[in-house]
Amino acid sequence: MADMHIDHKVLSDLREVMEDGYLQLVQTFLDDSERRLGQLHAARSAQELGAAAHSFKGSSSNMGAVALAGLCQQLEDRARRPPLFGIEDLISRIDQEFAEVQRFYRAEQQGISAG
Amino acid sequence: MPAGQGLTVLVAEDSDVDRMLLARIVKRQGHQVVTAQNGQEAVALFSERRPQLVLLDALMPVMDGFEAARQIKALAGEALVPIIFLTSLNEEQALVRCLEAGGDDFMAKPYSAVILAAKIRAMDRLRRLQDTVLQQRDQIARHHHHLLNEQRVAKAVFDKVAHSGCLGAPNIRSVQSPYALFNGDLMLAAFTPSGDMRVFLGDFTGHGLPAAVGAMPLAEVFYGMTAKGYTMPQVLREMNAKLKRILPVDMFCCALLLNLSQQRAVVEVWNGGMPDGYRLSAEGAVLTPLQSRHLPLGILGPGQFDDAVEVWPLAAGERVLLLSDGVLETADAQERLFGEQRLRSVLAGNREPALLFSELMQALALFGGQPRDDISLCDIRMPGAQEPLPAPVNYPDSGPTSPADWSLGFEVRGQSLRQFNPVPYLVQLLQQVHGLRTRGGNLYSVLSELYSNALEHGVLGLDSQLKRDVQGFADYYQERARRLALLSEGFVRIDLVVEPHAQGGRLKIDVRDSGEGFDVQQVLSRAALQQGLSGRGLELVRRLSSSATWAEGGRCARVEFAW
Repeated sequence: MADMHIDHKVLSDLREVMEDGYLQLVQTFLDDSERRLGQLHAARSAQELGAAAHSFKGSSSNMGAVALAGLCQQLEDRARRPPLFGIEDLISRIDQEFAEVQRFYRAEQQGISAG
Repeated sequence: MPAGQGLTVLVAEDSDVDRMLLARIVKRQGHQVVTAQNGQEAVALFSERRPQLVLLDALMPVMDGFEAARQIKALAGEALVPIIFLTSLNEEQALVRCLEAGGDDFMAKPYSAVILAAKIRAMDRLRRLQDTVLQQRDQIARHHHHLLNEQRVAKAVFDKVAHSGCLGAPNIRSVQSPYALFNGDLMLAAFTPSGDMRVFLGDFTGHGLPAAVGAMPLAEVFYGMTAKGYTMPQVLREMNAKLKRILPVDMFCCALLLNLSQQRAVVEVWNGGMPDGYRLSAEGAVLTPLQSRHLPLGILGPGQFDDAVEVWPLAAGERVLLLSDGVLETADAQERLFGEQRLRSVLAGNREPALLFSELMQALALFGGQPRDDISLCDIRMPGAQEPLPAPVNYPDSGPTSPADWSLGFEVRGQSLRQFNPVPYLVQLLQQVHGLRTRGGNLYSVLSELYSNALEHGVLGLDSQLKRDVQGFADYYQERARRLALLSEGFVRIDLVVEPHAQGGRLKIDVRDSGEGFDVQQVLSRAALQQGLSGRGLELVRRLSSSATWAEGGRCARVEFAW
């Protein structure tokens, strides 16, 4: 299941590069993402929505969350071309996809802490 | 990147995750990292830490990457501080904006450590290249400045030497482009002790300082020997020998030397490799081109060197125009040369001699569009009888010794008559006599005249009547050269007696020759009447000396100077 959500090549590069900073990076990503999601829901203009989607896309792709990054990309594209009719659907798909990514990275945290 | 040579890299990125990741990647590659969370922070950190490379997110709060890039590039000045934009922007327009703001490259998310390392290396190469270019540019600028300074000093020194002559005489007009000397052009003028005017125009091969170095020794020879009254062939031989000795084989000096004699109303010319000079009428019509007949100075050894000069009559008001090849070789946009035809038409169009140079410079400017740095022009007019040239320089007083009672006999025989001219040596000797010091010019003129009369009319048997007109003039000098080459016997003897007399002293000069002699009465009465080219010599001798008589059937001239 994880293969759909996470690019394992990116993930292994991340582990190698970050070494002992890996856990901190994961925690930062999880915290950061909660904040981005909050911004998506609170956005009051297409521009705010687009900017939040753009940032979320960047960090997701760096964390190997390919599907999440793809959805953020779609959202960024839509925000650039209003009307935003039906945009709530896309945002809730992002919520769902993030839940998968979150589950994966929490497991990573536990696995590493335990190991 | 060799260890210990890491760069300071500024990472500006608003996303915590991306910044943390990027900082880690860059650190692992051996660089120092400073981080900023927005454009404003990035600009401030840049000023403070002066990083060599900047990784910049395009979209950031407070100040975006585009504006930050512009400010950083402005702060960096001439140094190349590469900026790599971090972006997942995939619109073409946005990428173009990154480059326009001063970005040098892009890096897409997700970040690849391998690609980033390669990009940093590539940017570092560019940065170092720019650094080297700037350093070399500054070095070149310093050298150039240094060179110009040296040229200024050299020019100042040289101007002192070159202008110690008489280029400022009222009958000379000359122009030289300011740095023509550094293109090897050399223009000199000086008087001989007898008041003849010598003008030298030379052009060394090559450009710049190497072309100018030969000018100094040449000027020394020219001024030194001209002031002492050495003949043109003697001066030319010495110049040639000196240049041959000191110049490398591929260097030589095209040269034109002329001697303008007001007393004899002639111009003598030696041209080795210079463009034609021109003998002009008072109105500026070309009478004769003064063509190159010889190789330039500094090529032939003394055995091969030909010192033969051409002699042309030059009446009061007539002129000689000399020019350097920069005039003829001024090129237009199509690389066509100005050439002799255009020069001739400027000469033909000239009405007012004083305007000739400005007309010529104007024609050159119209033709070539830009002025050249190696143009030399010299226009010498034969002064009229009522217009004496400035007095020749006297020899410096050589001390208190002043021999007042002595005699000397000096005889030149046979083949020695072909080359050797004793007059300068004798005049130098006579300059030791205090009472004669101020009369060096007259002494020189009289001795020269008597010596050449004895040689040409006496020993060689030439008839001065030949010199009636321009053609006869040329024939005369041709015949003179022919007979001189065949000469194997004969003599010219000069006796000098210096003795105290009354309150001062007296110099008696006898000049004898081995010739046939002449009818003294007839020649003297003819000379008094004649104003032509042939009658000047005897009249001149009489005018300049205290007394002049001829004895022994015209074979002995006897002249006295008293003081």
